[in-house]
Amino acid sequence: MSMDLPRHWRLKQARYRLEGSHCEDCGHTFFPSRLICPECRSENVVAHQFGGRGRVYSYSTVYNPPAGYDEYVPYTVALVQLDEGPLVTAQLTDVDPEDVEIDMPVEMVTRRLRQYGEDGLIVYGYKFRPAWEAA
Amino acid sequence: MKPTREVGLVGYGAYVPRFRIPATEIARVWDGIEDNGVPIESKSVPGPDEDVATMSIEAAQNALLRAGIAPTDVGAVWVGTESKPYAVKPTSTIVAEALGIGPFTQAADWEFACKAGSEALQAAFGMVGSGMLSYAMALGMDTAQGRPGDALEYTAGAGGAALIVGLAEESLAVLEASTSYVTDTPDFFRRQHQHYPQHGHRFTGKPAYFHHVLNASQNLLDELGQTPADYEYVVFHQPNVKFPLKATRALGFSRDQVMTGLLSNRIGNTYAGAALIGLTAVLDEAKPGDKVFVCTFGSGAGSDAFSFVMTDMIEERRTRARSTQMYVERNTTIDYATYGRYRKKFVMN
Repeated sequence: MSMDLPRHWRLKQARYRLEGSHCEDCGHTFFPSRLICPECRSENVVAHQFGGRGRVYSYSTVYNPPAGYDEYVPYTVALVQLDEGPLVTAQLTDVDPEDVEIDMPVEMVTRRLRQYGEDGLIVYGYKFRPAWEAA
Repeated sequence: MKPTREVGLVGYGAYVPRFRIPATEIARVWDGIEDNGVPIESKSVPGPDEDVATMSIEAAQNALLRAGIAPTDVGAVWVGTESKPYAVKPTSTIVAEALGIGPFTQAADWEFACKAGSEALQAAFGMVGSGMLSYAMALGMDTAQGRPGDALEYTAGAGGAALIVGLAEESLAVLEASTSYVTDTPDFFRRQHQHYPQHGHRFTGKPAYFHHVLNASQNLLDELGQTPADYEYVVFHQPNVKFPLKATRALGFSRDQVMTGLLSNRIGNTYAGAALIGLTAVLDEAKPGDKVFVCTFGSGAGSDAFSFVMTDMIEERRTRARSTQMYVERNTTIDYATYGRYRKKFVMN
């Protein structure tokens, strides 16, 4: 089974700590990271770590998962609107599907995303859970 | 032991997963009766997307928040555990990368059963104390394994703590001295490629836990010329509730001194994390000037003992991150079937 090692390695900063980019010219932040600002076309773009807080914009619960995600079923995938603006697609964790609501405050955590079998790569990355202070 | 430069703890953080299984539920499944004198109330269970790497990341984030230092200033990330996600590949590099530590940093996973984290802490004091590093992070974290139906299954929990060592003048707790005491004692072990450990039943008590904890503790007290009455708090490795309470009495400490850091009744034995997360619960409560005594234990076997004095910095630093009790109180109870699924106890093929 191909484990896509170079791809997962390339994405580690974005996945482990929600690193996107910031345009030094027009001030926009975006996720995932870009080399050229999609707003003003500037190449004056630097890495930017997002704060990890946002709200559930929309969501759906998965009962028939793709390969590699079976152990988490049922799980909720959400569009999370980060406080800084970008919309991020991510799994929700530490919450039962029936407790998820639109506009629910969430915070980012780093968790296991999937594994390539018992002897393969473990992929880690961002998920979101209900924000504690707002609970 | 004491390094040439004065050192201490500049930051600390805890993590416990949200799931709990009551010990009576385990007794119901394996003994047919719920009230069979279970050793603890409940134990923590990691969720299906949690392991020592993810749990270490959150504890370390809390420690960095309290320390108030840049991640790139941390010169070592040492994860003490006996439940590494990979048999060969460091957990510590995952933790360092997720926190933005490095790449100019030391990183390694440490192994000494339940005292892997405190062994890393001793080394962190040495590295900072010698001037080789400004800050070093030591973690004790485990998702402990217990064979279904075995006595260990009642207590094998999940959780732990991260501690950041720095110079005394920046510390919330200053190290007075420490000691280590080890012998070759086969009380508990897990062989290569085995899912679950073996243990010596009653042999894990007197010649193992008590021999090492009592000798290390008494040695450090004697070296410092201190008595148990000189301390406000004491924390011992906590494989259950009975052992640390017995060690408390044997050394002359009181129940009042030990209860703040005794978490095993609620979260189980978090192995390499057990004494260190107990210490974080004490750091959440202790006042400037209070003295804290800690003694860990790891099978195989050995103990590390530490004596700390709290400084004025604790009052403000503790408020910068979530308290240990917040993690202990977070509690979603699950039944044995769900626990069996999350802990992969069902053989599927």
